[in-house]
Amino acid sequence: MTAPASAPQAPDTSTGPYLQVNDLRVQFPTEDGVVKAVDGVSFSVERGRTLGIVGESGSGKSVTSLTIMGLHNTKRARISGEILVGGRNVVGMSEEQTRRLRGRDMSMIFQDPLSALHPYYKVGAQIAEAYKIHHSNASKSECRKRAIDMLGRVGIPQPARRADQYPHEFSGGMRQRAMIAMALVNDPDLLIADEPTTALDVTVQAQILDLLEDLQREFNSAIIMITHDLGVVAQVADEVLVMYGGRAVEFGTTEQVMRRPQHPYTWGLLASVPSLHGDADADLVPIKGNPPSLINLPSGCAFHPRCRYAGRNGDLSFTEVPELRQVQERGHLVACHLSEADRKRFYAEDIAPSAGVAQ
Amino acid sequence: MIRFLTRRILVGVMTLIVISVIVFGLFFAVPSSPAKVMCGKNCDAASIAAVERRLEIDQPIVEQYTKFMKGIFVGRTYAPGSDFEVRCDAPCLGFSFRNSEPVTDILKRTIPVTLSIVAGAAVLWLLIGVSLGMISALRKGTLFDKIAIGVSLVGASMQVFFFGLILLFLLVYTTGLLPFPSYTPITEDPVAWATGLILPWVTLGFLNSAIYARLSRAQMLETLSEDYVRTARAKGLPLRRVYTKHALRAAITPIVTIAGLDIGASLGGTFITETIFGLRGLGKETVEAVGFLNLPIVVATVLLAAVFIVVANLIVDVLYAVIDPRVRLS
Repeated sequence: MTAPASAPQAPDTSTGPYLQVNDLRVQFPTEDGVVKAVDGVSFSVERGRTLGIVGESGSGKSVTSLTIMGLHNTKRARISGEILVGGRNVVGMSEEQTRRLRGRDMSMIFQDPLSALHPYYKVGAQIAEAYKIHHSNASKSECRKRAIDMLGRVGIPQPARRADQYPHEFSGGMRQRAMIAMALVNDPDLLIADEPTTALDVTVQAQILDLLEDLQREFNSAIIMITHDLGVVAQVADEVLVMYGGRAVEFGTTEQVMRRPQHPYTWGLLASVPSLHGDADADLVPIKGNPPSLINLPSGCAFHPRCRYAGRNGDLSFTEVPELRQVQERGHLVACHLSEADRKRFYAEDIAPSAGVAQ
Repeated sequence: MIRFLTRRILVGVMTLIVISVIVFGLFFAVPSSPAKVMCGKNCDAASIAAVERRLEIDQPIVEQYTKFMKGIFVGRTYAPGSDFEVRCDAPCLGFSFRNSEPVTDILKRTIPVTLSIVAGAAVLWLLIGVSLGMISALRKGTLFDKIAIGVSLVGASMQVFFFGLILLFLLVYTTGLLPFPSYTPITEDPVAWATGLILPWVTLGFLNSAIYARLSRAQMLETLSEDYVRTARAKGLPLRRVYTKHALRAAITPIVTIAGLDIGASLGGTFITETIFGLRGLGKETVEAVGFLNLPIVVATVLLAAVFIVVANLIVDVLYAVIDPRVRLS
C-alpha cells in the first residue's frame, strides 16, 4: 500500500471494511518517560456497521480516535502501524492530505457539544463553514441552505431560525444534534463519536443514539462509538472492542461480549453496571484499584494487579503479555492467560448472577 | 443592544457623579485653605476673607458643589456684583491659583500632548505585543518563542525612567539620530509631531508590548487547547484558518478589555514618560499642581482621568458585546 502522492482520490472502496486499523501504536515521549497510549491495536469497521470501543479513561480509546482523524501533533506523537481509511493509509500522510479527508471522508463528534462548538459563531455559519471548506465551488447561500437542511434532518425544529442562533441559545440535546449535523454535512463514510451522550441528560441520550442509528441507515456510514457506558454499546454497536492500558483485551460481536464475556476486565465493567432485573439491594461491584500508568505498565498482563484471577495459570499473568486469541466461538477474541474452560466457569459462578446490562 | 447600551451609559454617568463629589471634597479635605495659598505668606484675615469671597468658597458646601457642576455645563460668574466679578464660560473648571489661567485652557494645552503620546505608544504595543505573543504561542517551544519570551521578560521588568533614559542617551546624546523629544501639534507639522514623539512612543510601547506579548501568548495557548479549536480542525479547516478565524477571535477578547482599560488609564497622564522627555502633558501638569496645592487643576485633571476610564470601560463593554454574543443577554 503506497500513499497516493497527490490529494487522496477515492480508491476502490466497494469491498472490504471502510476503516482498517492494523497494529496501531501511538507513543508520546515526555520528560517522565514514553507514554504508550495505544500499543498494538487492530480492528476494522465496515460501512453501515457500528463498532463500540469501551474502556476506562486512559485506556487509549480517545487517542485511537484522534489518531485516525490525524488530530495529533505528529511532531510530538510517535505513530506506527497502519490506518486505512477507504484504502488510504493515514499514518505518515501529510497534514494537508489528512486535512482533506477530515470532515469529508471521516468526521467526529465530541463529548461536550457546548465546548466543542465555537461560542462566537452562529450554529448555521459553523455548519456552513464545514460544508464550504470541502465544496469550494458552492456559493454562500448554497452552503447556508445545506446547513439548514442538515439541521432539519437531525430533528431541529425551525432550522432556518435556529441556524442564526448561537450555541449558548441551544439546549444540550439540540447542541449535540447541531454537532451531528456539522459532522454529517459532507456525507462522510466514517463517523467517530467520542462519548457523544456522556454530557447529556439521560432522557436525551436515547434520542441522540436513535438519531445516530437513523442517520447511519440513511448515509450508510461506518461508525465508531467510543464510550465507557455499556448501555450505549448494547444499544447501538454491532461489534465491541474492549481496551485496557492501550491494548485490546476483548473483541467480538455485541452479543458475544455482552452475554458471554471472557475477559475478567469486561466482567468488571459489566458488574459495575446496575441491573434492572437482579437483586435491587445487591451492591455494585466496582473494579478495584486504578487504571495503570501508561508510562509504566505492569509487567505481563497489564490488568493483573486488579484481577482477582491473576496467577491461576502459573506465573504467566506477571511475566507474559497475553495475545489476543480466538476463543471457540468464531470472531470472539480475548487476551487472557486463563484457560477458556476456567473463564467460562468463573463467569458462570462469580459474575453472571450479579452482572448488569445483558442479563 | 440599545437597552444594554443605555444601562451601561447610566452606570457610567452615576460613577462620574460619585467621583465628582469625592473629588470636590478635596477642596475641603486639604489642611490649608486655598485662600491662604493664593494670598501668599503675609496675609491678614481680611484679605483671606476677600479671596474666599472671590473664589466663592465662603458659601455652604452643597451650594459650592452645585455651582461647580453648573459651571462645567453652562459656565458661571464668580462673585457677581463685586469688583472681582469674573465670567468663566462653560465648560468652566475654575482658574489656576498660580496665574489665574482658566483650567480649561490648561487642559486644552496638555491633553493633546498626552493623547499623542498614548495613541502612538498604544498602536506600537498592541501591534508588536499582540502579534509577538500570538506567534510565540503558535511556535511554542521554538527558538523564536524562547527569544520573544526572554526579551519580553526583560521588557516587563524594566521601568520607563530607566529604559527611557538609556534610549535618550543612545539615540539623542550619543548618536544624534533623533532630536530631543518635543511636542508639535499634528495639525501644524505631522512630521515634526512624529519625530518629536518617537522616543516616548518606543519607550512606553516597548515596555507595554512586553506585557501584552506575555498576555497574548498565554491567552492564545489557552484557546488553542479549547475543544472548539479541535472541532475546527476536525472539520478539515486549514491550520491558518483555524488560527485566524477560530482561535484568534476568542483569544483577543480579554486582550481588548485590558487594552481598553490600559489606554483609558494612560490618558489620565503618563507622568513618568512626560517628565523624562520634558513634555508638558496631563500627567506632568497634575503632579505639579499637587505640589503647589493648585486645587482647581487637580480637581479637573482627576475628574478628566475618571472620565477617560469610565468612557474606556464603556467602549470595552460594547466591544465585548460585539465580539462575544453571550454577553448580550446578561
